[in-house]
Amino acid sequence: MKIVLTASSTSMDSLLCEHFGRAPYFLVYDLEHKKAEFITNDNSDASQGAGIQSAQNIIKTGARSLITGQCGPKASRVLGSAGIEIYNTDGKTLTECIELFSNGELSSSQNTSL
Amino acid sequence: MKIAVASGKGGTGKTTVSVSLALSADVPVQYLDCDVEEPNGELFLKPEESVTTPSCVLVPKIDTNLCDGCGDCAELCQFNAIASQGEYAMVFPELCHSCGGCVRVCTHHAIEEIPYKIGTLKTGKTQHIHYIQGKLDIGVTMSPPLIREVKCAGKTEELTILDCPPGTSCPMIVTVRDADFVLLVTEPTPFGLNDLKLAVETMRELARPFAVIINRDEKGNRLIDDYCSDEKIDIAMKIPNNREVATACSNGETLLSIWPEYKAKFRQLIGEIETNMIGVTNG
Repeated sequence: MKIVLTASSTSMDSLLCEHFGRAPYFLVYDLEHKKAEFITNDNSDASQGAGIQSAQNIIKTGARSLITGQCGPKASRVLGSAGIEIYNTDGKTLTECIELFSNGELSSSQNTSL
Repeated sequence: MKIAVASGKGGTGKTTVSVSLALSADVPVQYLDCDVEEPNGELFLKPEESVTTPSCVLVPKIDTNLCDGCGDCAELCQFNAIASQGEYAMVFPELCHSCGGCVRVCTHHAIEEIPYKIGTLKTGKTQHIHYIQGKLDIGVTMSPPLIREVKCAGKTEELTILDCPPGTSCPMIVTVRDADFVLLVTEPTPFGLNDLKLAVETMRELARPFAVIINRDEKGNRLIDDYCSDEKIDIAMKIPNNREVATACSNGETLLSIWPEYKAKFRQLIGEIETNMIGVTNG
């Protein structure tokens, strides 16, 4: 299964980016094959609707889960319509986030009002 | 004749001047309150028999039975107002600029345009003044479509006073771009001067004839005078800083209620504008 994380740089030791739509990079991580791929977020400096377009791009990766700091209501609607679960956490590296997720220690958030 | 009353800085007295001009005119006037984020001309003009109608723009609506989620519309949209979630497209009307491009690129004929309310249009009458106001709904960020509607609602043959939104961005430009004359209201403060310079640049770019009104003028303060003299810009009027006037305005009364003699000055100013005796186009 593939998951997506918002990344502040292209290193597994970098911190999870707390913003979804305007994160500089996305990490697409394949849990089965432990394969990581960083993609640049073309919408990080969009004048508006960054979250909406980022959500569309996340859907295209085929991932089923997203780990990020905060995801706004519009992006959540797009992701939710495609059945992608959103997990919120902060202050951790990408490696730590993947480990917590794999151990079932992150809970999917319904609170997306921010 | 359309006279726009604009400023760079907010709170310099656009409405005070607009209301005074409208009340001073000896012909029928229409007052277009184009400051749709915060229309306040009615507080002073107190129009009667007002009629309110909704103002809408067109936004796309997706027929999810026909849409296959190809994403052509989302790719075309320059405002990120549409996203394809894989199976169908989703619309975020609050981001839409109503260009209609999505309808044209959709090969599945899955998009129709539907009205989306952005505000209200209000018309009323007081004395010789026909009052038209646009008021943007809370949460709506795009004012130009509503401002255009306010301008369309007016009759072209009457003397028209356009009470502009502050600043020098799209809402102000939409309001002043076809005005016959623009009065830039400012105050003798560093902020007033800074924003006046931006407004002057805008007028020169749009090639509108304009002049400056200094509001809250203080004896001995030549900040605006010196700038206007250097730039060869006409100062159309100075309105002294006065506590009694400020109190009256705070109570919904007009400048003319305190200083009735200004009625003649404003009437004279309208005459000077109409006979091209005042104002520069490119400075």
